[in-house]
Amino acid sequence: MANVPLDQGLLLAAILFALGLTGVLVRRNLLFMLMSLEVMLNAAGIAFIVAGARWAAPDGQIMFIFVLTFAAAEVSVGLALILLIHRQNPMLDADAGDRLRG
Amino acid sequence: MNTTFEISAVVAVLATLMMITRPSAVHALLYLTVSLLAAAMVFFVLGAPFAAALEVIIYAGAIMVLFVFIIMMLNIGDAAAALESTWLQPSTWIGPSVLALLLAIELGSLAVTGGLARPAGSVVNAQAVGLALIGPYMLAVEIASFLLLAALVAAFHLGRAVMREE
Amino acid sequence: MREFLWLVPLLPLIGSVTLMLGAGRLTMRLAGTIGAVSVGLAAILAFTIAAGFLTNPPAGSVYQQTLWHWLNVGGVSATFGLRLDPLSLVMMLVITGVGFLIHLFATEYMEGEDGYGRFFAHLNLFVAAMLLLVLADNFLALYTGWEGVGLGSYLLIGFWWRDPANGLAARKAFIVTRIGDTALFLGLLLITSHLGTLNIADAMQHATQSWPIGSPIATLAAFLLLGGAVGKSAQLPLQTWLPDAMVGPTPVSALIHAATMVTAGVYLIARTHALFLLAPAALLTVGIIGGATLLLAGFSALAQNDIKRILAYSTMSQIGYMFLALGVGAWDAALFHLMTHAFFKALLFLSAGAITMRLHHEQDIFKMGGLARRLPVAFWSFLIGSAALAALPLVTAGFYSKEAILSGAWAGGTSGRVLWLAGVVGAFMTGLYIFRAVFIVFFGEEHGHVSGRYGWRITTPLAVLSVLAVLGGLIEVPPVFGHVTLLSNLLAPVLPATKEVTDITPLLLASLAALLGIALAALFYWRPTQRPAETPLWRFWHAAGGFDWLYNRVLVRPVLWAARVNSDDFIDSFYDVIAWATKAIHQQVRRTQNGRVRWYTAGLAIGSVSLIAIAVLL
Repeated sequence: MANVPLDQGLLLAAILFALGLTGVLVRRNLLFMLMSLEVMLNAAGIAFIVAGARWAAPDGQIMFIFVLTFAAAEVSVGLALILLIHRQNPMLDADAGDRLRG
Repeated sequence: MNTTFEISAVVAVLATLMMITRPSAVHALLYLTVSLLAAAMVFFVLGAPFAAALEVIIYAGAIMVLFVFIIMMLNIGDAAAALESTWLQPSTWIGPSVLALLLAIELGSLAVTGGLARPAGSVVNAQAVGLALIGPYMLAVEIASFLLLAALVAAFHLGRAVMREE
Repeated sequence: MREFLWLVPLLPLIGSVTLMLGAGRLTMRLAGTIGAVSVGLAAILAFTIAAGFLTNPPAGSVYQQTLWHWLNVGGVSATFGLRLDPLSLVMMLVITGVGFLIHLFATEYMEGEDGYGRFFAHLNLFVAAMLLLVLADNFLALYTGWEGVGLGSYLLIGFWWRDPANGLAARKAFIVTRIGDTALFLGLLLITSHLGTLNIADAMQHATQSWPIGSPIATLAAFLLLGGAVGKSAQLPLQTWLPDAMVGPTPVSALIHAATMVTAGVYLIARTHALFLLAPAALLTVGIIGGATLLLAGFSALAQNDIKRILAYSTMSQIGYMFLALGVGAWDAALFHLMTHAFFKALLFLSAGAITMRLHHEQDIFKMGGLARRLPVAFWSFLIGSAALAALPLVTAGFYSKEAILSGAWAGGTSGRVLWLAGVVGAFMTGLYIFRAVFIVFFGEEHGHVSGRYGWRITTPLAVLSVLAVLGGLIEVPPVFGHVTLLSNLLAPVLPATKEVTDITPLLLASLAALLGIALAALFYWRPTQRPAETPLWRFWHAAGGFDWLYNRVLVRPVLWAARVNSDDFIDSFYDVIAWATKAIHQQVRRTQNGRVRWYTAGLAIGSVSLIAIAVLL
């Protein structure tokens, strides 16, 4: 099974990362932005797995586990924040929360 | 070349593409799950079965369920989807797409010209991962546990604020 | 007891720090007690030390106490030490003794004022600085005390700071004396750099050995010190601040602007008399300044209607006498007059304060009148003080000290005779102006509503000072009346001897002049009088010769004009451009801070893309 050219694996990670970025930039709904962020994190995880597979080392998978941990933490806090923001801003419009403008 | 890999990769890219264009939250979430499952398939092909299992269980399982909960709690329905489609004008796509395309080209060119065109090695099983995790990565595991604890406290605190207001 | 000398300045300092730290938390009673007791303890200690000093004088009549080494750089070493010799002993007794009486007076006088604790904190600070000034054995510590009393004076003139005019008066006092202080500082630098020591006694000794009489360097140094003395003692040409300083509370005027601080210049010249003896020109100038100031102030005092301003000009005039005495070499006469002046001028100010506090702080003498029966305590105190100020022959302290000065001047050659004449005219003016005030305030028609009674804290200081103003002169009596020389004997080890004068002509003439002045005052002002018409002459003397006007024209306005003209010159425009550019750039850059998360994400992405592009392409 293990004859995947690794440049293709990294290419996949790059494309998914770019798609996630597009999602973050295009969507105004905070929920969708969070989902797109998950895609970007996942793409990073793919890159780690690919690199780990390249040298047949466990380190890549370990880094993936850490990314996973981070994603879990980020989603739990992010969704709790979305719950709070929803009260002020029912449409979850990211552009409406601009009180920090200069 | 490996057909399984290619099919999974194409599915992942297409599902992600669909996900970022859907006005409906539930649809987008389903496409995201598909994308994650496809990524899990890629992991399996690359000889990382443990990571593939984690991807399915935690990512496509637990985290997506969280999203479903939130969508249910916030009662995001057709009205939100309609608003979402008014926000998704073609003009808003141009800039981010160009930017993302440039990034993909750059990263891709790095990947292709990086001298990595070599098949992956053998399978790295769960035992090797686990041994490394409690061996050299012990400290990092502890730090990750701190992160999770902090996230737990933060989520609890924020959630309690929501509860009190309701 | 002598080894506790360091406690004398420290006690008021402790009181001051305690009051400052406890500001707002101490009750009025406690604050007043701390303020008065700290000075009172210092006074008791000072008198105990003095008793020991007089019965059992140390070798050479100098007790030196080195507390610590201050600095030791490049051959200049400064020890921080105290020096008790007859000169500083007299000053210390005057400061602590009169100071305590005034503190006691103030505890009642200031009752009910805002900032009661602050008042005593500053007053104690002043006493501590003044004691440091007179006890210092080196110029550095002396200068510290010198500036410390300036600070205390500034803080207390502006005590009622809510009125901007008081703040202006305080600022004026500070800035005008600062001119003198700068001269003093230059003088100290000159002495230190040429003589290589900061110790006063050593410096004087070196100066006598290495500088010939009349040498330019000695003259320059003496003139610079004189500048400092002139500023602090409100003599010509830096005298303009003293009358304005009267806006401070009356105990402050009594302590700082009559009894102690303004005599610091006299003390300084007496302390450095060796240097002045090397510079006859400077010494003569001291006498001339004294003579001119006493005449100017005497005439000005006659044209004042404010009781405190009359006393302010009389202070200026009496310090003029002391300068005159220094100028003719009658050193102990100057010190003698300093001491008696501290008694009777403090008495006059305190009784003036006692009057005004019963008249709702009315200070215009034409709004008083007929107070003799209604305020007997204040009347008798003021009368005794006035008699002493006017040098009423035989029965007052002022007579003996002024007589000593005038005898010294009489014996001082041609210049001494001219100065003597000025002194006699001044004595006449003194009798005239002070009894003018006495007659207008205490006799004639009754004006003003009097209320309240005096407590013991008011009457005791008045009584003690009255006794001193009468009997204080008996420590030094001229040959014709019994020849007592307690003070000059005491001062003999530190000050050069004065020529003995047995001729009684100057004495008689001076007494006659004073009596004539009093008689003339009685003639003019015994009957009720009207407020004087504002003739040009009256206005001229009311403004004390127009020095304020002159300085305003010559100094203040040109400086203000220059400041205004230079306020936006081309150098500023350079900085204006920088400020303008910063603002303009800010206006543009702040658009990027639009608060939108997606915008920031895009910025991040653009940055990453650019960086990776650089990494890939290069």
